[in-house]
Amino acid sequence: MRQRRRTWQTLLATTASLTVAAVALTGCGGTATDAKSTPKAAAASFEGKGPINYVSNRDASGAANKTIEEWNAAHPEEKVTFIELPDSADQQRQQLIQNAQIKSDTFSVLNLDVVWTSEFAANKWILPLPADAVPTDKMIPATVNAATYRDSLVGAPYYTDGALFYFRSDLLQAAGIAAPPKTWDEMKTACKAILALPEAAGMSCYTGQFDKNEALTVNFSEAVASAGGTVVDADGKPTVNTPEAKEGLNLLVDGFKDGLFPSDAITYLEEQGRRAFQDGKLVFMRNWPFLHASLSATDGSSKVNGKFNITSIPGTDGPGVSTLGGRSLAISPFTPNKATALEFVKFFTSEEQAQKRLALSSRAPVYASLFEDPAVVAKRPFFPTLLTSLNNAQPRPKVVQYGATTKAIQEEAYAAITGAKDTDTALKDMQAKLTELTK
Amino acid sequence: MTTTTAPPAGAQTGTPHAPGPRRRGKRSPGEGRMAAMLLSPTILVLALVIVYPLLSAVHQSLFRAESGLDADGFVSDVESFVGLANYADLFVGESGRRFLNAFANTTFFTVTTVFLETVLGLCLALAMNRAFRGRSFLRASILVPWAVPTAVSGLLWRWIFQSDGIANNLLGSEILWTAEGNASRVAVIIAEVWKTAPFIGLLVLAGMQVIPGEVYEAARIDGAGWWRQLGSITLPLVKPTLLVAVLFRMLDALRMFDLPFVLIGPGKESVETLSMLAWDESNQLRYGSASAFAVMLFLYVAVVAIVFVKVLGADVTGAKELKLLSKKTARKNRLAASQTQANTEVSDQKKAEATR
Repeated sequence: MRQRRRTWQTLLATTASLTVAAVALTGCGGTATDAKSTPKAAAASFEGKGPINYVSNRDASGAANKTIEEWNAAHPEEKVTFIELPDSADQQRQQLIQNAQIKSDTFSVLNLDVVWTSEFAANKWILPLPADAVPTDKMIPATVNAATYRDSLVGAPYYTDGALFYFRSDLLQAAGIAAPPKTWDEMKTACKAILALPEAAGMSCYTGQFDKNEALTVNFSEAVASAGGTVVDADGKPTVNTPEAKEGLNLLVDGFKDGLFPSDAITYLEEQGRRAFQDGKLVFMRNWPFLHASLSATDGSSKVNGKFNITSIPGTDGPGVSTLGGRSLAISPFTPNKATALEFVKFFTSEEQAQKRLALSSRAPVYASLFEDPAVVAKRPFFPTLLTSLNNAQPRPKVVQYGATTKAIQEEAYAAITGAKDTDTALKDMQAKLTELTK
Repeated sequence: MTTTTAPPAGAQTGTPHAPGPRRRGKRSPGEGRMAAMLLSPTILVLALVIVYPLLSAVHQSLFRAESGLDADGFVSDVESFVGLANYADLFVGESGRRFLNAFANTTFFTVTTVFLETVLGLCLALAMNRAFRGRSFLRASILVPWAVPTAVSGLLWRWIFQSDGIANNLLGSEILWTAEGNASRVAVIIAEVWKTAPFIGLLVLAGMQVIPGEVYEAARIDGAGWWRQLGSITLPLVKPTLLVAVLFRMLDALRMFDLPFVLIGPGKESVETLSMLAWDESNQLRYGSASAFAVMLFLYVAVVAIVFVKVLGADVTGAKELKLLSKKTARKNRLAASQTQANTEVSDQKKAEATR
């Protein structure tokens, strides 16, 4: 009997504690909803010192960690902790947004992809930086542009990336072509001559990245910009129903139609393109600088080692316009230690630290002067070409709803290059979707 | 349902206390309270992890965030009640097109993959049910695809199906499996069937192994061939197990997400399922319509499950078997009640003595 009573008591206790837990949980939900409805206070002043967290994608080279160690050694009271996010950019964005939506103070300094700048700034998930926070005059203009939202700098440019045009210098030479093509027409002419060569049997002319993915947005934006158009104008209004945009998209559509691109290029991302170029199946390729190392590998994995070179991507009348990759650092308005955060961002993105990181990391710095340093160029031979590409670069569409925008672009551009829609219809539909998203 | 199921060995014999019906009438009020108390933790936990999220999703689906920008370019952060507008949008315009496309894809994948898996799973089970050398090895190896995480198998198949991959090499074709189009649907179906046919195979095998050998012996004596045995003995007798296996697979296939996501990629309309659509919407911060998609998927799954259980009579919880069993054994039990009571009392006494 006593045994039984004890069971009862235990049960009562369990149920009671579970009820408390349930109430507590629902209570939490309630507060979160309340917080949402109160207007957000914009914190303009940077006050408060103390430990902060730096939230970032992975840095396999360890260069970022070195910078943080140096900061921590000098600032024992204001230690920075590195919080690593998942590799997938979508998941990084999701975690950053979730933390911002619940106004968590865990994330102090955020490492943001350039395309997220507008979304985070417009939602007030990051703070506008003081005008003198970073030496913008020394930085590549496009990187500063990408970190700016409506005339105020909201991020400190950290590293950058631009397109390179890889070409088979050996085949160009064999065909008697002196200089690499600067325009699409020159490229087509060069291809005709090269593909007629016996050693070029079975090769294709060119590839970019055409799978339905962020990379397609990049390639589409580059094609449009290279033809003199824009996807979204300076006021944030879509402009893809213009003749320039049509000419740009047609470069890609005709590339597939005329057999200029390999037919399976529709499934290519960066990696598939690299493999095809590395196996000697392509004469020209648009890709990112990070492939340079694996293409010049001397261990036999690359068939094109020593047989290729790089230049800026082609345009319609002259060199083309690259889109901009890369990252910038921003400060969360929900961190209590904003003064420390600002100091850390200044320290982290300083030219001195950027130079130090170059010893370990191949990520391109945002300071133009570092690209011409002979010691750096000896190690990373593609830097001067990359600088040319970056000086001419344009950010991808700067819109608040970037996620939906890039999806609409991919959808319509993919429909056009697979032939599901003609160029005019695809661009008309794209314009309609983007207008809806940017109003 | 008129099929007689082979009761699990030991169910008819040696059950000292018959369950349920005998005592149902004489339940004391204290007992009911005790039952409620005992169940309350379970019910609370279920309420927390199932009912609350569900209600919260339904609640969320009635709201929509207005995505307007104010003069300074900041998002005006209003979430307004829109009633059923998110649901109405599922059938009109661009979002309606995507929803119906995803709905059709989900249904198509569920029907095709579950059908193929069932056929293949049955064949696997028939093969495994025979006595031959290395049978246990075969059984273990057949489980491997099932044990591989879906995302990993998605990657494996992505390599196989890439344009210069094994699939095109073997077929001597140049099919672009991972681009939009029917080829991508075929790729998803192949990978999904590869992965989950073993599940049905093993469940059906378990069902086959409780069919007593005498039945087959009798059939053989009566001159029934292999096909006749399959059609008249094996299939009817494994039907209850098979139905449960098929039901589980259908519910699983209806919420398919990771395989098409990894194998073909997000945003490809040919393979976009309802789960992928809901994920994509929430990724665009449109939580209202994302919840609406999720609620629709939930209703769809619920309807399929109910139809399956009611019409086809899938016996998920084993309740039917129990009822059948208790009917049969009720009389026997009543007769034997006093006897078993005595028996258990004796054995209880013995146990008590032993512990002392």
